[in-house]
Amino acid sequence: MLTITLTHYLVLAATIFAAGVLTIMLKRNAIGILMGVELVLNAANINLVAFNYFQHPGTPAQPLLTGQIFAIFIIVIAAAEAAVALAIFLNFYNNFATVDVERATEMRG
Amino acid sequence: MLPIALDILAQANAPAAQPAGSLAGAALFYAFALFCVGAALTVAFSKNIVRMAVALMFALVGIAGLYFLLNAEFLAAVQLVIYTGGTLILMIFGVMLTSRKAVSRFQPKRGEYVLAILIAAVLLGTLTLAITRWTSANPSPVVAQTEHDPYALSNLGQALLGDYLIPFELASVLLLTVMIGAAYLARGRRETS
Repeated sequence: MLTITLTHYLVLAATIFAAGVLTIMLKRNAIGILMGVELVLNAANINLVAFNYFQHPGTPAQPLLTGQIFAIFIIVIAAAEAAVALAIFLNFYNNFATVDVERATEMRG
Repeated sequence: MLPIALDILAQANAPAAQPAGSLAGAALFYAFALFCVGAALTVAFSKNIVRMAVALMFALVGIAGLYFLLNAEFLAAVQLVIYTGGTLILMIFGVMLTSRKAVSRFQPKRGEYVLAILIAAVLLGTLTLAITRWTSANPSPVVAQTEHDPYALSNLGQALLGDYLIPFELASVLLLTVMIGAAYLARGRRETS
């Protein structure tokens, strides 16, 4: 129990992933859904770094950092995704005066 | 303040205590884990979008602490700077720009609540079952990690500008594209006569 293993990190990441999915399902505010997506991406990042640390750390002289590098790229892509999504929501808000995703059914055309 | 905290974390991560076998390492893991899970569940169940944003910030900071425990100091710094400093501020701007009235109208129905929690619980149970089965079938090798310098970033930098140079450059192209695209999408509405 006191030795933290890969399992601990994986279960923690799964819990955060489930909380993110719950957020996506429960919110009607588009920005709230975006926050759920961020939680899901962070859970994935924890998995990558934990696998890197426990399964493929390399040697002290030549550490393998593949998981950390992938996590950095995911953070970059998450930032880009948040910027584009918020721009879309602002545009939607300009047209409909709401960010309720149920109203997005009227967005055709 | 911050260097002291970093020293404490580095000591909890001392080579003799690898892999995270020490009492301090385990206590820190559980503290960060409870913090993150509590904050993530607050994000899921809070009705106030501003409170959700604050809880998300706490979750992201807790995850940065976990990265420290996993010897990923640079990633922890990136997490703090980009996520809590950048992405979250962007979201709070989004909240402020798009909430005109009280934001309490975005409520799911009671049945949707029950269904969503059921789905999330089944998902979590399945994942936990799969993880425990997989890890008991494939135990992690106990790696003797000696001599970890928590401040050595040169390996990460060399990997980013060596093996991963093309993805690194593509990320900058992506960021430029996104910047232009987001500015174009969010521009003020054109007055058409």
